[in-house]
Parts: sequence; C-alpha cells; structure tokens
Amino acid sequence: MKKNIEPNFHIGAGGKSGLLNDPKFRSLAYQFIALTLVVILGYFLVSNTADNLKRQAIATGFGFLQKEASFEIGEAVIPYSPADPYFKALFVGALNTVKVAFVGIVLTTILGTFVGIARISKNWLVSRIAGAYIEIFQDIPILLQLFFWYSLFCEILPSPRDAIEIGSDVFISNRGLVMAVPEWNPVYQYVFMALLVGLAAAWFFRRMAKNYQKKTGRILPAFTVSSVIIVGIPLIVWLFVGAPLKMSAPELSGFNFRGGLAVSPEFSALLLGLVLYTAAFVAEIVRAGIQAISHGQTEAAMSLGLKPGQVLRLVILPQALRVIIPPLTSQMLNLTKNSSLAVAIGFPDFVSVASTTINQTGQAIEGILLIMAVYLFFSLTTSVFMNWYNRKMAFVER
Amino acid sequence: MNRELQKKSFLNRILPWLKENLFNGVFNSIITIVLLFALYKIIPPFIKWAFVDSLWRSTAAACREGNGACWSVITANLRFIIFGFYPYDLQWRPLLAMILLVGLLLYSKNRNHWNKTLFYGWIAGLFFMGLLMKGGILGLAPVESDKWGGLPLTMMLAFFGMIAAYPLGVVLALGRRSKMPAIKTFSVLYIELIRGVPLISLLFMSSILFPLFLPEGLTINKIIRAQMAIILFTAAYIAEVVRGGLQAIAKGQYEAADSLGLSFPQKMRLIILPQALKIVIPPSVGILISAFKDTSLVVIIALYDLLKTSKSTLSNPDWMGYSPEVYLFVAAIYFISCFAMSNYSRKLEKELH
Repeated sequence: MKKNIEPNFHIGAGGKSGLLNDPKFRSLAYQFIALTLVVILGYFLVSNTADNLKRQAIATGFGFLQKEASFEIGEAVIPYSPADPYFKALFVGALNTVKVAFVGIVLTTILGTFVGIARISKNWLVSRIAGAYIEIFQDIPILLQLFFWYSLFCEILPSPRDAIEIGSDVFISNRGLVMAVPEWNPVYQYVFMALLVGLAAAWFFRRMAKNYQKKTGRILPAFTVSSVIIVGIPLIVWLFVGAPLKMSAPELSGFNFRGGLAVSPEFSALLLGLVLYTAAFVAEIVRAGIQAISHGQTEAAMSLGLKPGQVLRLVILPQALRVIIPPLTSQMLNLTKNSSLAVAIGFPDFVSVASTTINQTGQAIEGILLIMAVYLFFSLTTSVFMNWYNRKMAFVER
Repeated sequence: MNRELQKKSFLNRILPWLKENLFNGVFNSIITIVLLFALYKIIPPFIKWAFVDSLWRSTAAACREGNGACWSVITANLRFIIFGFYPYDLQWRPLLAMILLVGLLLYSKNRNHWNKTLFYGWIAGLFFMGLLMKGGILGLAPVESDKWGGLPLTMMLAFFGMIAAYPLGVVLALGRRSKMPAIKTFSVLYIELIRGVPLISLLFMSSILFPLFLPEGLTINKIIRAQMAIILFTAAYIAEVVRGGLQAIAKGQYEAADSLGLSFPQKMRLIILPQALKIVIPPSVGILISAFKDTSLVVIIALYDLLKTSKSTLSNPDWMGYSPEVYLFVAAIYFISCFAMSNYSRKLEKELH
C-alpha cells in the first residue's frame, strides 16, 4: 500500500516526469545495456575463437598438462627432467619466479631502506649520491637495465679460467657467480632445530621482559639477551656435536667451476636489475615515510628521555611504517610482475616456461590464462595481506 | 688587498659549509672520505674510457685496436637505431613527426596555453603525425606500418597509448564509483584484473590471441595490436589515478551540482571532472613516464622499437661486443626524456598546490 502513496514524479532537467526520468528505472536500464554489451562482446570473441581454433585444428583444454614436456630447464629448485609432464615444468617455472621474487624482495627492502635513509642524510655527498642513484635507476626502463647487466655478465666478464676473485673463494665470471658454502652435514639439522628453540626462547624472554616492565617500570636488556639466546643455543649445539665445518669450495675443472654454490649469469643479471630498479622506488617511499613524521615527534620523544635508538624504534618507525608499508607492498608486487621479463634474458621463470609450452603445444589461450592466473594469485594474496595489515595498523581515532 | 679579502671571504664561506655538510663528526668524515675515494676510483677511469680514449667516427676494425669506448657503433648505425627499417630516403618524415610531437609537448608545458585551441591542436598534430608516418596521400609515398620502428615507434606507442587510454580510464573510474552494482562490478573486475597481471602477458595476448579473437579474414596489424594492449593496460592505471582525484572532490560539489538540477553528464563535464582532472595531472605524468618506459617491452614480441633496433645493431658481427656503449646511449635517451617529464611533474605539483 505504502508504495502507492509515494509521489510518482521526479524533477528532471526539463521538469518532465515518467518512466524515462525515474532514477531507479534508468539505473536498471543502464546496467541492462552494459550487461548486454559485455555479453555480446564476450559471445563475439568466444565464437570467433572457437571457429578459428576449429579451422586451425588447435586442441583445447588443459589435457596437455599431463603430456611429456620434453624440454630442458636451465635451472630448477626441485629435480626436473625433460621426461616430466608439462605441469611439473610449469611448477618448476613458478618456483623459479618465487625464488627470484623472494630473494629480490629481501635485497630490495634492505637496499631501498639504506638508500632512502642516505637520501635524507645530513652528509651532502651521501644524500647527493643517493639522489643521483634514485633518479638514474628510476628513469631507465627495467628491460634495458636487464639487457645491460646480462651483456655485462656475458660479454665483459672473463671466462671461468680468468675469473675475478672478489672475496675469498668467491669468483665472478661469464658463467655467473660461484662461492664457497659449507658442505651439508647431517648434524646441521640439530643446529637448525636449536635455532628454532633459540627463537622461541627469545620470544618468551621478550614477553617476560615486557610484563616485568609493565609491573615494575624497569627495562630488561631484552635485545642483548635475546640475541645471545638466538646465536648462543645453536652455537653450543654445533660445538657439542664436534664443530663440523667442511667448506665446499669452487674449483676450476675444464671450462667451468665445480663445487660451491653457483649462481647463473641469467639469475644474477635478473636479480641485479630487479633489485637496483625497484630499490630506487623503495628509497623514495622510505624517504617520504620518514619525512612524513613531524619533527615534533622526535623532540617530544627525546624530551621524555628516550635514547636515539628508542626514539627511532618506539616512536618514529611505528608511525613511518604505516605510511611506508602500503606503497612498499605495491613495489614488491611490481618486482614480482617485472620478474616476468626474465623471458628476455633466458632465465626460466614461469612466463618463460609457459611461452615455451605455448610454442610446443600451440595452446596459446590456456598458456596465457595460466600466466595471468599465477600472477593474479600473487596479487590477490598480497592484497588480502594488505587489507589485513591496514586494518591492524589503522589509526584508532577516538 | 681586495683579492685577498675576496679569497678570505670565499674560504670563510666554503669552510663552514664543508664542515657542516661533509665533516660533522668522526663517522660522517669517514664516510665522506671513503666515498670520495670510491668516486676517484670510478669517475676518472670512466671519463678516460668514455671520452679520452674513445673513438667517435671510426670503422669497426679501428675500434678493435683502441681500448676506449667505441661510440662509432652509434654514429655508424645512428639512423637505423633511431628510425629502424623506415625507408632511408623518407626518414625526414618520422623526424618531422617527432619534432612536431616534441614541439607540442614543449608548448603544452606552459599552463597559460591550456585551452580548447590547444586541445584541437593536439588532435590535429596527432593526425598529422599519423599522416606523415603512413603517407599514401598528398604525394607522400605510402609506408607500411611494419616498416615503422625506432624512436618514433617508441614515442607513438607511449603518447598515442596515453591519449587513447585516458578517456577509457576516466570512464572506468566513474564506473568504479558508480552506485549501479553491475557497472561497478565490471569496472572493478577490469581494473583489478589488468593491474594484477604483468604487461608482458597482455602483449603476448595481443600478438598470439588477438588474431584468434577476430572473425576469419579480418586481421589487425601487429603494431596496432601491441598499441591496443598498451592502451588497455594503461587505462586501468589511469582509472585508479582518476578515482583518487574524484575522491578528493568535496561532497558539497556533487550536492551543489545536483541541486542545480544538472544531469549526470552535465555534472561531470562542468563541475566534477574539471576539478578532479586538474588534481591528477602530476600523477598522470607519472603514468606517462611508466608508459614510455614500458613500451620497451614490445621487444619481447619482436617489434622494432628503440631498444630492439639498438639490440639488433649489436647482432651485426662487425659491431658485436659494444653493448655497454649502445645500451648507455639508449639509456641516455630514456633518461633525458623521463627526467624532463618527472621534473615537470614535480614543478607542476608545486604550482598547483
């Protein structure tokens, strides 16, 4: 009944009333038109594609994933052979993407923070060099930087025979970087377990120290004690089992090095390029984040009698991080997406493996869908994390 | 006497500055000295390599003898690097098109020139550039677009991409802020999907999948397809920037427009967008910079843009192994363009605030 009582007219531009000027009807009509257009476009694309696929006799579906891949992958985190099926090859590629993204994100955060702080240093030379670095690396396309580093590795560096030694047992040559690493020993598992125990113990100690501070107001040296615990416990276990330390050092045999940990030139160039490029953006974010905190905060904290380290840790950083983290995450996502440029310098990341798959099977639609799905998965997980973080860190006002 | 005084006052000024900015405290002094030493180790050898020992107009054989930079690789191949496979005799046309574009950009820098005439000027200019590149009428010999390459291609992909993507981005931004659920969903899906995937996957799509999408017999040129991928990609990023601008407009503006009885298109065209788009000019320049850099990705689908032409110069056996020189040259072109644009964006941001 009530519906009928409502006035059935709306003031439009011309003062006309009626169905066409009813906002509800118009909104429904617009949405209907939009939906129809999208459906028509979708139908057009899908039917054309189906026709073309039939005409060119291209197989469809994801059945090919079970077939033998029969191509080599230059480097793999897990054992892989050309006899393995396509899905395993793609999985190896995805792991390579994760590997380069993970190492890249860690190194970028460190370098970016360092340069960002250097940019606001009171030392004129330091801040100018940081500024020049940021400008130069931001303004040159990442692909060009990757080509540059890769060519440097492949053309300029000497062969392994004349490798440059940049540290004790660390060699750099046109076959990449090799370095000495401790040879695996079964007792290392115990050392690793001791490390976990140490981390847990340190966490408990910090909690205890916090409670103690709340009760008595006295501050325990939590940082010193927890560092001692984290380093000490594994160290004692290692000494206890006889302190095994056999290094696997790289040795020249034939045309290449054997032993040690080898990093391929493709991976090195990709990592170097991604880190140097993204760190320039991260540095700007870190600088802006720190500068966003007003100087009054520092002065207030100091007047409360906090030490410089405490001022940074307890007052500045928690506020600056709130500004820094959201753009930082989007840079990390950019790094992950840019790692797809690996295909241009021959590092077998997901895109590169997928494009080989497309070339071999001819199933481009499935291949490109897989590429998009994998990157969307990374993006969506990151944005879920971001939303959680933003809720946790949001200012609780009044 | 006078000179001595001058010298003294100069020292009086420089010494406190040095002490204040380079040597305040032990730690800072150590850093300064270490950095100065590092610069001394890097810069003089670089200058010796790049300028003192370098060869500028020699043959490839002469370069093999010398131990400095071989800039001859640039001078000998300059026209290929800049223009790609564009017919040699007709290269004045892309050159003129580029000059026209740069001229328009420089003219548009001044905010006093922003008016309708300039807008039409841009449309006419872009049309003219296309005409110069393609030819076919007015006595200009036609040049097929698969011959386009080098710097004009890079510029075209970036600027045409940006200009064509802008209206789409504005529509998407409005769609995302719409109260109509279906339209909002489409916009959000489009924006988030595109922003979630790397550009390279869209470029693959343009080179492999677009032909499958079209009915039999209809083909679209490879460059246009890549251009479409860049437009679709850039639009999603523009949409987010414009959305930021729309959100920054006070609610009262929307309400005032409504109370004047303006329709939605009138409200947007006359009240909201002029204000919102003005706010987002600096971040839009940022997107233009990214688009300019991102066009280099078309290398991967084998279009002959600036990066690809310089890379293929290096595959010529005569000039193999001079990649640092070539890449530094291309990097300098990109750097100068992007640096100029980002400087301008920063200046504009200050002016507008």
